[in-house]
Amino acid sequence: MTKLDARGLSCPEPVIMISQAMKSGETAYEILVDNRVSRENVTRYAEHQGYRVSVTENDGEYTLVIGK
Amino acid sequence: MKGSKEKLQIIIAGLLIGVVAAVLVLLGNPANMGFCIACFIRDTAGALGLHRAAAVQYLRPEIIGIILGSFLFALGKKEFSPRGGSSPMTRLLLGFFAMIGCLMFLGCPFRMILRMAGGDLNALLGLLGFAAGIGCGVIYLKRGYSLKRTYKLPASEGGTLPAVALFLLILLLALPSLLLFTEEGGGPGAKHAAIWISLLAGVIVGGLAQRTRLCMVGGIRDAILFKEFKLLFGFIAIFAAALVTNLVLTAATSGTYFNLGLEGQPVAHMDGLWNALGMLLAGFACVLLGGCPLRQLVLAGEGNTDSALTVVGLLLGAAFAHNFGLASSAQGPTDNGKIAVIFGIIVVIAIGEFNLASNRKKG
Repeated sequence: MTKLDARGLSCPEPVIMISQAMKSGETAYEILVDNRVSRENVTRYAEHQGYRVSVTENDGEYTLVIGK
Repeated sequence: MKGSKEKLQIIIAGLLIGVVAAVLVLLGNPANMGFCIACFIRDTAGALGLHRAAAVQYLRPEIIGIILGSFLFALGKKEFSPRGGSSPMTRLLLGFFAMIGCLMFLGCPFRMILRMAGGDLNALLGLLGFAAGIGCGVIYLKRGYSLKRTYKLPASEGGTLPAVALFLLILLLALPSLLLFTEEGGGPGAKHAAIWISLLAGVIVGGLAQRTRLCMVGGIRDAILFKEFKLLFGFIAIFAAALVTNLVLTAATSGTYFNLGLEGQPVAHMDGLWNALGMLLAGFACVLLGGCPLRQLVLAGEGNTDSALTVVGLLLGAAFAHNFGLASSAQGPTDNGKIAVIFGIIVVIAIGEFNLASNRKKG
């Protein structure tokens, strides 16, 4: 599983990170973000690409597990 | 579905904002300028004496309202998040040149929509340039452009710009003699709605934009980059609502709020090439900043001090634009302004190049 750290990056950079990672064609990714806008945008993008997203929050940071 | 709920929210917010903007003109704001972040920051620079262009001096409560509205909504939703440190000086410079581009065109992206909704066809060339500028920015994003990470900061740092906004409001209410104001009939600065109405309109727009992440640059950017149209719906909703309100007001009152054509448009000029190039610079700089001037005010209200510094950059850009004759007028662009826009485009390209992943050390 590819792990990405997008903490502190402003949108759309986290979405670009995940979209470029998805080109590898893996089935699962984990991306760490630290604000709701990034959480929402990455989730929306991944769902548009046909992935399922589960989010866990920990002290203002969100871990998004993205899988088919 | 969650996505369609978000879309509905941003469409409703856009419609409300469009109506508020059009009604502000009825209540005293300059024509097609219910809101203009660039113009209003420029007027604010004038009120503070940072430039001496007598026609454009007024401490616009809309700007204060947007910052405070975003701040209050962010606090209420526990989204106030003081952070910064993502290339602050670069952002200040991008803000500076975004303003130079806006004042070449005579409006920020928000006013560009309102100008179109008022029938000003010159704004279509602005839109063309704006979309091209966003396209340039997207090329850099795809190549790995980044201003690097932000870090958490103390609440006092994140709250500085909202505090300054509150201080300016107190100044406007209690000590207006310290400020400069355009004389009655002396230019756009003299046209404004009552303070409380402007402030309330700003709070509403700031709050709605905070909740929906509305951004004029983000709409076209996300559509090109991800085929994601959520933000673009907000952009279109503002246009539709302002257009309908303008038509209704024109029919229902003695004033003219919609005038289709190129000639005789309020606070606008007809030089198509420079309308387009001005907005190209603004769109390009704003993509590299991550959001339009409105979005920068909203983010600053949420505690993002990089955006607060961008706002300072916009303010400085406005002061320079009028002190050095860079801003256009109804007569058209100035030679100095043309040079500044070309120089600005070169600077923004350089910023793009210097901040590509391949040109940065690991960070």
